[in-house]
Amino acid sequence: MPKIKIKRKSVSLDMTAMCDVAFLLLSFFMLTTTFKPEEPLPVDTPSSVSEIPMPDKDHVIISIGRKGEVFFGVDGTQSRIKILERVAEKYKVPLTKAQKEQFSTLPAHGVPIRQLPAFLDLPVDQRSKVVKKGIPVDTNLEKNELRDWVISTIGEGRKMRYVIKGDGAASYKTVKWVIATMQDLNINRFNLITSLERAPTTTTEKK
Amino acid sequence: MAEIDTGGGKKVSTKVDMTPMVDLGFLLITFFMLTTTMSKPKTMEINMPDKTEDKKKDKIEVKESHTLTLLLDKDNKIFWYRGMLKPDKSLDELTKTDFKTIRKTLLDLKKEIGSVVNSKTKKTEWAIVVVIKLTDRAKYRNMVDILDEMNITDIQKYAIVDLAEADEDYLARYLDREKGGGSSKEDKKEK
Repeated sequence: MPKIKIKRKSVSLDMTAMCDVAFLLLSFFMLTTTFKPEEPLPVDTPSSVSEIPMPDKDHVIISIGRKGEVFFGVDGTQSRIKILERVAEKYKVPLTKAQKEQFSTLPAHGVPIRQLPAFLDLPVDQRSKVVKKGIPVDTNLEKNELRDWVISTIGEGRKMRYVIKGDGAASYKTVKWVIATMQDLNINRFNLITSLERAPTTTTEKK
Repeated sequence: MAEIDTGGGKKVSTKVDMTPMVDLGFLLITFFMLTTTMSKPKTMEINMPDKTEDKKKDKIEVKESHTLTLLLDKDNKIFWYRGMLKPDKSLDELTKTDFKTIRKTLLDLKKEIGSVVNSKTKKTEWAIVVVIKLTDRAKYRNMVDILDEMNITDIQKYAIVDLAEADEDYLARYLDREKGGGSSKEDKKEK
């Protein structure tokens, strides 16, 4: 029987093209990416059919957690420092420069102002372990710290958009207080962050 | 003069093994793809009535028959009644529903109430005015959902209003009766 000779084919491919594609995609993702800011409290937003995108800048985000904790965040590191200074001044809370620097890196915070210096002194990795009750919001204006945070954003001179990022399971009571606080300061327009839900094709689909 | 030896030496292949490079490339792609946030969060805009100017400005006149009040209570329950809440309002006028059927209710009522011509813009619009009142027992999700229903059913005139004591009373009386009386008329009507 004659032996059948199998031609040996080289298994090594020319990878150059593949490499090109890989790096092209890589550069695309590197340029388009914006890192998710570390969320200080997990918020499960309710869904809606609304498609208005969230404003890029000049926004104040007030997050409301599942148990009603209120967190406050502003964009822009410089603004954060100025806003902090104003609030700290009102409550006569002394802050060092390092603490202010630390504060400016926080996307949002939810600590009463008196506990803030101690919180900022903590190493970054230990902060998440601190139980945060959120910023006090109360119908009693004397105890309402959120009001002061919001007031100090008005002085910032930017046209701020007030965004409420609430957890679906949060009680309406807290949301009501937050909105009442803002309305009291004559802020009547809000954006509520929602996740996108597919809009019903016809409005009379259910019978 | 020394000659540059070009021909005699061993030819080194210029081909480099690209496999590790490709591996690295795809690894980084995966990383960026996972960390990236492509879609921005969506928001819903809401305008609350101005508290300070409310007294100065004359309020918009709304016919009583055009108003629909929704009371949102715990466990995603919705109660609605039409018109004003008077102390002698019958409990039968309050209807219990939920988020599954509210859309149909809203659409039906919108058609029933019909449309009017806006005196300012000269455009015809739905006459229905929805007043949304949430009890403290409601969840934030309910608020978003009901606003969403307003968008879906294309009702432009709506407002979130603080729950009045009279509403709370009315609702409590209704719930009391429901507890005691078993199946009420409203349930039958819905079916």
